[in-house]
Amino acid sequence: MPVDRPEGAALPAGKGARIDLSGMTKRYGGAAAVDDVTLTVEPGEFMTFLGPSGSGKTTTLNMIAGFTDITSGTLRIDDRPVGDVPAHKRDIGVVFQHYALFPHMTVAQNVAFPLRQRKVPRAERDRLVAAALETVQLPGHASRYPRELSGGQQQRVALARAIVFSPRVLLMDEPLGALDRKLREFLQLEIKRIHREVGSTFVFVTHDQEEALILSDRVAVFNNARIEQVGTARDLYERPATLFVARFLGESTILRGTATPDGSRARLDLDGLAVQASGGVRSGPAALVVRPERLRLEPDRPDAAGTGGNAVPVTVVEEIYLGSARKLEVLLPGGGRGLVREQAGTASDLRVGDRARLCWHPDDCVLLPDDPTTERIFT
Amino acid sequence: MSARLARAALWITGALVAAWLVAPTLVVIPLGFTDKVSLTFPPTGWSTRWYANFFGDPAWTAALANSVLVGVLVAVVATTLGTAAAFGLSRWTNGRGAAAASVLLLAPMIVPGIILAIGIYAVFLKLGLAGTLAGFVAAHTVLALPFVVVSVTASLRTFDVRLETAAASLGAGRWATFRQVTLPLITPGVVSGALFAFVTSFDEVVVSLFIQSPTLVTLPVQMYSSVTRETDPTLAAAATMILVLTTVLVGGGLTLAARRNRAR
Amino acid sequence: MAALLSPLSPSGPAAAAAPGEKGAGSRRGTRNWPFLLIVPALLVLLAVFAYPVAQTFVSAFTTPTPGTGNFAWFFGSPANVAVLTRTFSTALWATVICLCLAYPYAYLMTVASPRARAALLLIVMLPFWTSLMVRTFAWLVLLQDTGVVNGFLGLFGLGPVSLVRTQAGVLIGMVQILMPFMVLPLYSVMSGIDRRLLTAAESLGARPLVALLRVFVPLSLPGVAAGATMVFITSLGFYVTPALLGSPGEALISQFMYTQVSGMLMWGRGGAMAVVLFAATLLLIGLLGLAMRAGRRSRASAR
Repeated sequence: MPVDRPEGAALPAGKGARIDLSGMTKRYGGAAAVDDVTLTVEPGEFMTFLGPSGSGKTTTLNMIAGFTDITSGTLRIDDRPVGDVPAHKRDIGVVFQHYALFPHMTVAQNVAFPLRQRKVPRAERDRLVAAALETVQLPGHASRYPRELSGGQQQRVALARAIVFSPRVLLMDEPLGALDRKLREFLQLEIKRIHREVGSTFVFVTHDQEEALILSDRVAVFNNARIEQVGTARDLYERPATLFVARFLGESTILRGTATPDGSRARLDLDGLAVQASGGVRSGPAALVVRPERLRLEPDRPDAAGTGGNAVPVTVVEEIYLGSARKLEVLLPGGGRGLVREQAGTASDLRVGDRARLCWHPDDCVLLPDDPTTERIFT
Repeated sequence: MSARLARAALWITGALVAAWLVAPTLVVIPLGFTDKVSLTFPPTGWSTRWYANFFGDPAWTAALANSVLVGVLVAVVATTLGTAAAFGLSRWTNGRGAAAASVLLLAPMIVPGIILAIGIYAVFLKLGLAGTLAGFVAAHTVLALPFVVVSVTASLRTFDVRLETAAASLGAGRWATFRQVTLPLITPGVVSGALFAFVTSFDEVVVSLFIQSPTLVTLPVQMYSSVTRETDPTLAAAATMILVLTTVLVGGGLTLAARRNRAR
Repeated sequence: MAALLSPLSPSGPAAAAAPGEKGAGSRRGTRNWPFLLIVPALLVLLAVFAYPVAQTFVSAFTTPTPGTGNFAWFFGSPANVAVLTRTFSTALWATVICLCLAYPYAYLMTVASPRARAALLLIVMLPFWTSLMVRTFAWLVLLQDTGVVNGFLGLFGLGPVSLVRTQAGVLIGMVQILMPFMVLPLYSVMSGIDRRLLTAAESLGARPLVALLRVFVPLSLPGVAAGATMVFITSLGFYVTPALLGSPGEALISQFMYTQVSGMLMWGRGGAMAVVLFAATLLLIGLLGLAMRAGRRSRASAR
């Protein structure tokens, strides 16, 4: 039987806790759902776990929450090891994808639930519940039942319930997955705002890379039970560390070949062609990754002088008109597809079917170790 | 044969079967008010003396009191044990263990009552439990447990486990979670289980026949002896009261069960 | 029968819950808390059910002397064996009559409006729970020589027919009480049969009656098997109804067991008959299980 919290042990002091994951592993039988994950979430940070289904992000979250036992590794919150602490004693707020509101309690009773467990006296309880509902902008709904609320409102009640006891850590497991797009966008901003107001450490799980980039201070990209890269949105987008990260976040053009060192840069040989990249691996099978907005298409004139950058002959196969910009899909030598983004003001006048030269600067691309397994995921 | 004729024939058959299921039992109701001493039906005159007879005869009133007492105790014990068992079964991760346990929990429904009666009689005689209140409650509880377990399990099926996970994340330990979250939501299953447990005990005949004693006789046993000895309409009065009580209780239990399903 | 056990197999919407162990915060040492909750009920069942029943079976081979003497006694006397055959034949008759009455009733339930269906279901469920004593007593009243049935027959100048203390009387009472055991499994299976199959058959040229016989009935057989098994098994163990409506000279096995044990304290003989009865029950359940599996396999391979 769990020991009740002693009287006087008040609510946690609020603000954000530091979370240290060290070598965290979860095995089911022989297979690892989470494999040696090491990560530090700074106090008050908004961290997102991003990755496809089955990548281990939700299992890691569950281990932090205490819903799943840790097979090996350590978990520290505010420098205290909590691996052996049962979930109901961890003082962590959790928001679930399907709200998990108690159907037999009113909104106010739902939000007051964690306070009742902590034996907060009635008057204080009512005050905190009202404040929490205010924070999520649902002040008038206290005596309604969950079934009378819309999905977005239910999720906001769930949020209120999770923050009312001022936890230093708030975990969210794909909370917006069940909502339609407009609502999702609205609530994303709400969550960002609440994070600023409340100041706790937020850990957010999603498979939607746009969501991750909008909300987070930093993102940890999960794949196959491991973290491939942790960094700010900019880090991940401009300097992806693996081919998986490059392909999972944003769009890219990929050229495959063999890399060899070339002075301060690396050279990639593609069946007779050679291009250069400033950053990344310097030898072995490699993939060169360029973002659409860093590519330029130039007409295929034999006399056109190179600008000192890379150039590859391509054929335009598709045009996608976006109003303020357009995207052109091109056929690369070797058969792959590339994607170029042109802003409306500076677009070329190339059409589908035209031959062109795909140009970019070596500093605007990165050379990554080739990873054939990504073919399975992204095609 | 035209479809309409076939349909009519079907309905008539159905109605006859329905009447056959319900009507014969209803014979006891008017019979309890006959003014004759015999059980000829239909009654030609009316009187309430058989009810007066029933309540004035200590043998009958003691039997009624015993049945109610045992029934209530069985309802309490069986519901507590059965709800705990059903809950434990639903959360136990050992599949084979759970299957084995559920076989044992449901077995009393399958084993013929006479076998159980003989066995319990032998054991109770040895332990001196025959004719004791504890013995009756123990024996009836065993018969009532499967019904409680099935009823509560059905309710638990519709319960979302994620609510328990949420409660834990909010600081509620296992008992607090059960008390504040799970139990309120499975109440229809628990209550209908309790009602079925009471009715099972209240109506139990075979085992009770064996373990009765002159000081502890239950209502069905008293009826059984009466039928084999003398036949006066007090029996019909007793039968009517049992009929009304069990119908109301079971009707209530079934309504609760139905409402649980409709509320989804 | 299998349907009785399946209510407890863990499944349902909630089973696909958050990954990890069921129940939040299970920690080492307290991981088996669900089992602990089951233990009290199991203990009671072991002490007051499993042990006594096992004792009864054992006593068949040990009381009053070790060996199979009790079985020799039972199967040695033709009168005893007659009890067994009478029990089986009564059970068989009860099953057949129940089937004949229950089949149209269950079929009616599938084609009726939801309101009518609920009413029909209630009419089946309520007697299921109404006191066995009361119902048997009611039949006693109705079937007696001066009872309603004979009065009714008298209107046509027939009878009086002796119905109490006869096997016919026993059957009449038993069938009414056993009907729900037949109707419910039948309805359960029938409601799962796609009625469009019948329309398809008719569109292919079959007359409605033929479609019914050649499409619907075969598909309803699993329900027939389950219902028949339940009714048969329950009839084998019937005590009260045969005891009150039948004659002592035509006792069924449960009554015979009663007189041997309660009257004469012949535990061993009672135990031997219990073994026979229980073996018959297990055999039937086993047969039903096999029939269900075979039926499922043949239906699957037919696709």
